Amino acid sequence: MNRPPRDFHPLLRVVHWLMAAMVLAMLFIGVGMVSTTGPAYTKLLELHRPVGIAILILVLLRLPLRLATGSPPLPGDLPPMQVLAAKGSHVLLYASMAAMPLIGWAMLAAGGYPVELFSGLILPPIAPHDLRLYAMLRQAHTVIAVLFFALILAHLCAALFHGLVRKDGVLRSMTVGTPPSQPELPQGGGEVPHFDLYPHADDPEVPATQPKADE
Amino acid sequence: MSTRKPAPPGPLLVIGGIAAVLVLAFLWAAGWIGPRRISGGDVTRALEYNTGKPQPGFRRAHAKGLCLSGSFTANGAGSEVSTAQAFEPGTYPVIGRFSVAGGNPLATDGRNVFHSMALLLNTPDGQEWRMAMDHTPIFPVSNAAGFIALQRASRPDPATGKPDPARMKALIAEYPSVKAFQDYLAKAVLPSSFANATYYAINAFTMTDDTGQTRVVRWQFNPETPLSGLDKAHLDSLPRDALFLEMIARTARGPSRWHLILTIANPGDRTDSATVAWSGAHRTIDAGVLTVDKVMPEEVGACRDLNFDPTILPTGIGLSDDPLLAARSKVYSSSFQRRAGEGPHPSAVGGDLAKDPADKESAR
Repeated sequence: MNRPPRDFHPLLRVVHWLMAAMVLAMLFIGVGMVSTTGPAYTKLLELHRPVGIAILILVLLRLPLRLATGSPPLPGDLPPMQVLAAKGSHVLLYASMAAMPLIGWAMLAAGGYPVELFSGLILPPIAPHDLRLYAMLRQAHTVIAVLFFALILAHLCAALFHGLVRKDGVLRSMTVGTPPSQPELPQGGGEVPHFDLYPHADDPEVPATQPKADE
Repeated sequence: MSTRKPAPPGPLLVIGGIAAVLVLAFLWAAGWIGPRRISGGDVTRALEYNTGKPQPGFRRAHAKGLCLSGSFTANGAGSEVSTAQAFEPGTYPVIGRFSVAGGNPLATDGRNVFHSMALLLNTPDGQEWRMAMDHTPIFPVSNAAGFIALQRASRPDPATGKPDPARMKALIAEYPSVKAFQDYLAKAVLPSSFANATYYAINAFTMTDDTGQTRVVRWQFNPETPLSGLDKAHLDSLPRDALFLEMIARTARGPSRWHLILTIANPGDRTDSATVAWSGAHRTIDAGVLTVDKVMPEEVGACRDLNFDPTILPTGIGLSDDPLLAARSKVYSSSFQRRAGEGPHPSAVGGDLAKDPADKESAR
């Protein structure tokens, strides 16, 4: 491919939504299980470890795919701060997805626990048995979980803002993709005049102005 | 942005609504809004309240302990009910901990309270079987709410050293099982040694055999050492660390042994309450012999930095419907998390060790 793709690679989109469901579920399972001494605790804990490791495996497959297939260019009229926020948040999302399972795994090892995924499958320890380290990682697991949830909320709100307010094709690039009938995007520069090309550009709510080159 | 019209309110409301629903759902899942639930912290706080004085770095319950190590030699009989490798003929390494109840790591041994043995059994398949057992076949309460009520009501009055009788009366009115337990404890023999006590699993568990059949099982470790009791009328005169020092001296002379006895539930046995003993004739299996041949202060033993969570079980052994199991697991974890962050402190038995810098160094 010698031109930037208009959408994320279809496989990447599938993995994105699969992981979105798993990560959100994990955050809810995590805060839920540590909140109770009821029977839900052991049941949720049984889910938490294998789903966490599944997320780690998926992110290790997803990252190379993302690096190999790239990402569609952001709309040219996006203010630089928003571009920075978009790119920075994506790095943090990937970092969180990889870090949380690794911290969870290392934390159990540091606490001297067997890291049992499901009956009979026990992972090797990836950290020394050390209670100070356990306490630190255990704390980090909670703090990063809450920050991760906040980050996901911001990511979701931004995606919906692109999809519902700006209608600039960003949300579509991670969902159904750009319809093949769409004209080719112009090349070169960061400035891509999206709005007037799209069928809903006549929507009075959508700004149809061309972005200024120096904006 | 100057060329952009203000964003339309409709879509913004939709976005805000979705975010608000997610935040509320998250808060609900975390237990910060919605019905009150009992957290691990609630129980550890109740234990800390009962102890009276903060004891940083120690287990919130059974703070006073001694590490043990040895082995379990299975005779193969247990394989009849469970596929756990621990039941296949062979000898497997064991570490563990003897302890007495309470949150005070320097408490006297002269108290009519739980004498306990925790074990961690390793098998070559990489699996672990952790156990935390007491010398009584029954537990005073069946769930976390009862346990909190018990810890709060039974806090010793600083003036008398005994719980407030009025609070205990109110507790027993609500939790009659506490009375049954007190009655049992009052007439049962209080073992004179860690070596001659029978240790009970407290809860029912499930065991699954190689045909897939699952049975509810309780287990206990029966000592080969004949039982003798402490003089309950003169517990006050017992030296502070009598039980621990006795076990250290005894183990220096030779190992102590227990038989692991599995008791298979009869139809109709209560499986969901640790307050109810199984009565009448039961099928039992002698699955093998536990040998304890070393004991060490926590400073040098392997037991201090472990959580003897009784829900860490090998394949072939599982949880029953007893709600106390999940509660124990969560509370042990909360206690473990707290003491891990506080750092270790010298144990009663290791106190002398701490005074000798050379030994202290070797303990690290």
